[in-house]
Amino acid sequence: MSQFAAEPLLDITVRVNGIRRTAAAPARRLLSDFLRHDLGLTGTHVGCEHGVCGACTVLVDGEPARACLMFAVTAQAHDVTTVEGIGHDPADLDPVQQAFVECHALQCGFCTPGFVTTISAYLDEHPDPSADEAREAISGNLCRCTGYQNIVAAVLRAAELRREREGTA
Amino acid sequence: MSTRQMGEKVQRREDPRLLTGNGRYLDDLGRGALQAAFVRSPHAHARIVDIDIADAWELDGVEAIYTWEDLPGRVAEPLPVLIPHPAMTHARTGYCLARDEVNHVGEAVVMVVARDRYVAEDACARITVQYDTLPAVVGVAGARDGDRLVHDDVPGNVAANLRQEVGDVDSAMAGAPHTLTLELAIERSACMPMEGKGVFGRWDADDGSLRLYSSTQTSTGVRAAVAAKLDLPLAKVEVVTPDVGGGFGVKIVHPWPEEVLVPWAARNLGRDVKWTEDRREHFVSSAHERGQLQEVTVGFDDDGRLLALDVRFWHDNGAYTPYGIIVPIITATQLLGPYKPGAYRVEFWSLYTNTVLVTPYRGAGRPQGCYAMERTMDAIAEHRGLDRAEVRSRNFIQPDEMPWDHGLMFQDGRPLKYDSGDFPASLAKLKALVGWDDFAAYREQAEREGRRVGLGIGCYVEGTGVGPYEGGHVQVETSGRVNVATGLTTQGQGHQTILAQIVADELGVPFDDVHVTTGDTRRMAYAVGTFASRGAVMSGNAVALAARVVRAKALRIAAEALEVSPDDLEIADGVVSVKGAPGTSIALKTVAVMSNPLRYAFDESAAAATQFAGTFDPDTPPVGDDDEPGLEGQDFYSPTQATFANGMHAAVVETDPVTAEIRILRYCVVHDCGVMVNPMIVEGQVHGGVAQGVGGALYERMLYDEGGQLLNASFMDFLMPYASEVPHIETDHLETPSPLNPLGIKGAGEAGTIPVSAVIASAIEDAEGFPIRSMPISPADLWELRRRHAASDPDPVPAQEGPR
Repeated sequence: MSQFAAEPLLDITVRVNGIRRTAAAPARRLLSDFLRHDLGLTGTHVGCEHGVCGACTVLVDGEPARACLMFAVTAQAHDVTTVEGIGHDPADLDPVQQAFVECHALQCGFCTPGFVTTISAYLDEHPDPSADEAREAISGNLCRCTGYQNIVAAVLRAAELRREREGTA
Repeated sequence: MSTRQMGEKVQRREDPRLLTGNGRYLDDLGRGALQAAFVRSPHAHARIVDIDIADAWELDGVEAIYTWEDLPGRVAEPLPVLIPHPAMTHARTGYCLARDEVNHVGEAVVMVVARDRYVAEDACARITVQYDTLPAVVGVAGARDGDRLVHDDVPGNVAANLRQEVGDVDSAMAGAPHTLTLELAIERSACMPMEGKGVFGRWDADDGSLRLYSSTQTSTGVRAAVAAKLDLPLAKVEVVTPDVGGGFGVKIVHPWPEEVLVPWAARNLGRDVKWTEDRREHFVSSAHERGQLQEVTVGFDDDGRLLALDVRFWHDNGAYTPYGIIVPIITATQLLGPYKPGAYRVEFWSLYTNTVLVTPYRGAGRPQGCYAMERTMDAIAEHRGLDRAEVRSRNFIQPDEMPWDHGLMFQDGRPLKYDSGDFPASLAKLKALVGWDDFAAYREQAEREGRRVGLGIGCYVEGTGVGPYEGGHVQVETSGRVNVATGLTTQGQGHQTILAQIVADELGVPFDDVHVTTGDTRRMAYAVGTFASRGAVMSGNAVALAARVVRAKALRIAAEALEVSPDDLEIADGVVSVKGAPGTSIALKTVAVMSNPLRYAFDESAAAATQFAGTFDPDTPPVGDDDEPGLEGQDFYSPTQATFANGMHAAVVETDPVTAEIRILRYCVVHDCGVMVNPMIVEGQVHGGVAQGVGGALYERMLYDEGGQLLNASFMDFLMPYASEVPHIETDHLETPSPLNPLGIKGAGEAGTIPVSAVIASAIEDAEGFPIRSMPISPADLWELRRRHAASDPDPVPAQEGPR
């Protein structure tokens, strides 16, 4: 018998990508680990676990948040959107995802989900950014592959695609 | 007629999966696996006195705790020296878990396997290791003094000492009208891929086999190393490389201790075991690069032409040398760039320090070499009052002098012989792109506005596509799907797209029909790995050769069926047709059916190949003596030497007169990697490389204190550039095909990074009017340099005129 009691597990319920999901996890479980390992939503990546790189960025009630800096329990009663919630079908891409393909805005793709969520939220508020504004919008996320230039281009292209889709809707 | 894919900006087929959360990186695998964590040394240099694990065992969920004493057989032996070299007289490697001594902060001492990572880390925190600390050796200067030793049995901390000389440097130097000596310094940085390392092991006890997933740059290397360590038949070990979140060099090292320990624990416990490196672990237990002190003495004539070059440098190789002395060998040889040095002598000492080990990082020794040579070029121009581009131009190897043999041995043990390049044409393009001749006017205008600007330049040649070989396998399915496999891994370079482009062209099939697998030893057991900008050169040519094998076979079978000569046939859009008679044709997928005589009909196309279908000659066997079933083929590409890409960069920087803030206003690149398979991907490689170079020039340095503690082991403190720090990059290309390989390709992976520190140093020097001899440079560094120069307190490492 262990000297230390097993860690108590809580049933944690979070609304993720529009669906209420429940899993048993300890109170200290990070939201990033909860999404990835308890719910199997592995699109949210962990690059630093100290809130600097932005790879784990999800939307909490529509606002970008670092999933590695939140506990899963604190996400209860909130709406969480992961990259899978932006678009999960490779054959049916969201405008931001489509713009990334067109502009060669990803290489290894590890930081990419955090950029996609960040840019989606940004364009909701700023549908027609300038190149400088686009650069500013992504300047909280680290990418080690692309040199950012093509990500800036993708922000502008995504804004264009969004307008086109709205125009035809 | 199909559109030719080679040279087109084809959008990447990797992307939709990776963009939608459908990527599968190492930590996305093995749900439910046990998780490993490590107790790592808090000391840079210490003897282990005692390890107490009792408290940790009390934790619920702990499955295993291992120290060195628990390791059996070869697992307990030192890790291999992967690339031995005769000059490496004192190679030293660590153990999977430290035996008696630790030699850097972060060295693994105890491994814990537990229900999950949280519990494993809790257990680590309950383990007490008693150390007897020893004095630490930190930094090149500290190691060179040799008064403290990293390894007791390595005198002077010298792992290796290598000298190469071409011509008579002493007499050439003595006869030179002018000589200069430069003392130069460049600091440590690191690859820092966004995904750290990771290993997931699955042991099949019934089959006695191991499947290992690793975030590696070489799956065949890991396979062989792990099989050797675990004493398993090679045939019982499979290594699969899933999606990898960047490598940049650090993931070429193998086996990392965890690549041995995780599968060993999986076999021991009969359970899946996984380890995912966290960011702090990556800082203190993976690898760094770049740290060197250099001394360059150059002799030249009135026109700035090189007559003699004498270089000595001291390379910080960290605590161990598992990857040999590849990095300093590359510095020593690639330093020459596009220039004819006159007589050349280079000698280096690779030194142990009590810091994280050093292995190749994007550019791999070349940024330091380029920095040394380009600082020298600028110093010559300054000394003679000449235009900096003109001095470079006067020293170029000319296009009609190619191939150019420097008479030195390169990192692969083969001659340093440039295959192609047109340096004057590249320089002309760069000068036009950046507006070299108009800069003086721009500077005057800026001065009138109270702004301080400078223009910098840097040229390099990059040995790419080193051997020994890569392989390709191409198979046409009866559905028309074409499966391509190469053993080389991929970390975001778009191999699945460019290799499909190459095969689509070579075989004459639609791009969408071609599917590429990389880095899976189940599909291609012979491979080397992804490093040294070799992916497109090596695997690109290998899959092209394999596709040609398949094409020849398809033409032979189709020619028999159509009763024509194979010479009269062509393949386009997946259809074999008689040239000039498109009506007479046969689909490639039908040729695949015909290539494989079947006994059993399991689908429609199979039914067409069974023994009672069609006509056959009863006197010949279904598969001829010199034939094999299936429309597939394999071939290998193995070159006699490396290819040599080249490029030239220029930058305009602005330095704030008050705060010394450094801003890059413009960054221009002219790049020559031979024939480009996909210009979009080549440009992406250049952009990413420049961004890493900007990091190395302005931000990234590993801050060790005297005790060997890394003070900035987080992204809060080790500064990598964000979008706000990387300038827009303007590019132009030149394509001088390599004569060495069928496709004329030279590599492009590292080019962007190589000259950036040299270029930024050049530009800052131009803006400020005093020499820059140490990189990276921060605003605080620049501010201090200004203060010293204003006070006529010379820089500690200025250029010095005169005899040595």
